[in-house]
Amino acid sequence: MSTETAPDRVADRPQSGRLRSSRMVGWDGAVVVVTALFIVIAALTVEHFGTSRNAGFLILDLAPVLLLALPMTLIIVTGEIDLSVASTVGLTSSAMGVMWNNGLPLETIMPLCVVIGAVLGAVNGIFVTALGLPSLAVTIGTLALYRGLAFVLLGDTAVADFPRDFTGWTIGDLGASSIPNVLIPMLVIAGLFAAVLHATPTGRAIVATGANATAASFAGIPVGRVKFWLYVTSGAVAGLVGVFWTLRYSSARADNAAGLELTVVAAVLLGGVSIFGGKGTLPGVLAGVVLLTSLQNALRLADVSTEALTVVTGSLLIVSVLAPNVVTAVRTTLSRRRARLRMTPTS
Amino acid sequence: MTLVARPTDSAPTTRTGSTLLDAVLRFRALGLLIALVAMVAATAAVNSRFVSQQSIRDILLGAAITILLAVGMTVVVLTRGIDLSVGSVLGLSAYVTADFLQVNPGTPVPVAMLLGLAIGAGCGLVNGAVIHFGKVPALVATLGTLYVFRGIVYFVAGGSRINASDMPRGFLDFGTDRVLGIPYLIIVSLVVVVLAGVFLSRYRAGRDMYALGSSPEAAKLAGIPAGRRLLTAYVLCGALAGLGGVLHAARFGTVDASAGSGMELNVVAAVVVGGVAIFGGSGTVFGAALGALLLTVISNALPVLSVDQFWQQAIVGALILGAIGLDRFVGLRVSASLRRKDSHVD
Repeated sequence: MSTETAPDRVADRPQSGRLRSSRMVGWDGAVVVVTALFIVIAALTVEHFGTSRNAGFLILDLAPVLLLALPMTLIIVTGEIDLSVASTVGLTSSAMGVMWNNGLPLETIMPLCVVIGAVLGAVNGIFVTALGLPSLAVTIGTLALYRGLAFVLLGDTAVADFPRDFTGWTIGDLGASSIPNVLIPMLVIAGLFAAVLHATPTGRAIVATGANATAASFAGIPVGRVKFWLYVTSGAVAGLVGVFWTLRYSSARADNAAGLELTVVAAVLLGGVSIFGGKGTLPGVLAGVVLLTSLQNALRLADVSTEALTVVTGSLLIVSVLAPNVVTAVRTTLSRRRARLRMTPTS
Repeated sequence: MTLVARPTDSAPTTRTGSTLLDAVLRFRALGLLIALVAMVAATAAVNSRFVSQQSIRDILLGAAITILLAVGMTVVVLTRGIDLSVGSVLGLSAYVTADFLQVNPGTPVPVAMLLGLAIGAGCGLVNGAVIHFGKVPALVATLGTLYVFRGIVYFVAGGSRINASDMPRGFLDFGTDRVLGIPYLIIVSLVVVVLAGVFLSRYRAGRDMYALGSSPEAAKLAGIPAGRRLLTAYVLCGALAGLGGVLHAARFGTVDASAGSGMELNVVAAVVVGGVAIFGGSGTVFGAALGALLLTVISNALPVLSVDQFWQQAIVGALILGAIGLDRFVGLRVSASLRRKDSHVD
């Protein structure tokens, strides 16, 4: 029964590592296959889904979720969480509007926004690592705080007079093709994160931290520093998304990206990352992001109401954690029964 | 970390030697009271009408619903859980109850309250079942149901709104009437706070909540029916959110699909500010109720102090951070001094 203890906030790791890891690989693969199948079926059955025009929109919809999901994956792999990302997007978007109103050039504003995001992330990081507070409580606090500050900055007004060159590029296509401009930078950033997680000592440190923080720190991994810089990265990426979001909709508003943290966390968990830390792959997460956003896109095209979308996203979030647990439970029962059958003749 | 914070709350007869813990807990409630009084005094100095009977009644009315939800949240947080879906449950219960009253105007108020309780308990049962049987962390499960329940409200409401004129007079009167100058809503909240306080401090099931939050493994080894207690906690939290929905409908008269949106943040803030440890095992409903009252006083004081309303959410966030930071600080100090005193124990 040791593998069946109820999950606590602290990492709850079953003894049988082999069983768990084989299951996780299966989950990754399953999500990739399901995503591919879904896109094929949707392209065949949902009108306009398969068009290159829709693919362009889909990539623009996908970009913020994908970008935020990258650092979120690393943070969840270390066993922590960052619920403040969407509020950080909102606050940087507001800050961008205020700076633009004050006559700063966009070339200065955009890097400043990334810096602001990084500072906001560092605040989370200090609370979590230096003060040792639970990241869940801290980032619920900063979720409210950052969104509140966004409203303090801009109120309920919007700044919408950004120059056409920038907003046009953000939603534009590469040359005469139908590939959006943002696709290449997005893929480069995603590749960078995947390389860090899967091919560098830092990545190993991140996984080790999530698998067992005590063991990791005994092994010489600076657990606190790793987590702190992950929060800074998460904030910086959220700042970048704030810039993208503002330019894409050509509107800086305090409520930009409100509630997006749910989609991001749902996509990461759907991609097979364990909420208890220590497990997860970026290819799986990419598949999770594509599955979730294309599902939303297809439902919208099929004229399913936005209410259904929230129900679907919320259910997927629960199912993505529930399903692996059920699979593990079934496997454990089966293997135990098999073991008992093997035992009976000898005894 | 939370092992140190064994609750010795609210039971005046405990003559244990742990005066230090008592002092810390009393300090927490005292600190809250001082903050409340200071806030009220400062605001009243700016505008004396802030302490007029009408204004105080407004504050208490505003706090009544948050207090109800904070009581349920306290029980869940004590077990090391969290319920982020309370705002959506409140919205669902408010809309369904208002819709029911619209169709059956003759329904007596207690029946409406029972209906809300039942809807909320159903939602809580879903949360509890997913968390206990599905072994999904409370945070993920209730973040998911936050959106699922809200989506259901939108399905049911479909963009329409129920106005005061659609609801029976008697029900709306319940939202505004008072007995001996005290509004019904406040009486309901106070009764719930006292009942929950007695349940948590005097009854085995209530004490088990603290045990589960202090150390889930030890609690299970001690034979506490963990699953049943967890389900109880989530059903209770959901039911109180459902009751809050009925009060919301009665008080505001108009209900649409967005009722109670984002309320979970205020409730979590109230509970954390009220001294309930986010890691479970420590805290009282009285503290949580005081926390809810403090938050309401602050939000009512902002316009009087001519501070922009937009600051409100930022203040909620800052209070959450300040409260968990303070808990951590106090916890470290207490555990350090306990280690010094009880070093012979282990």
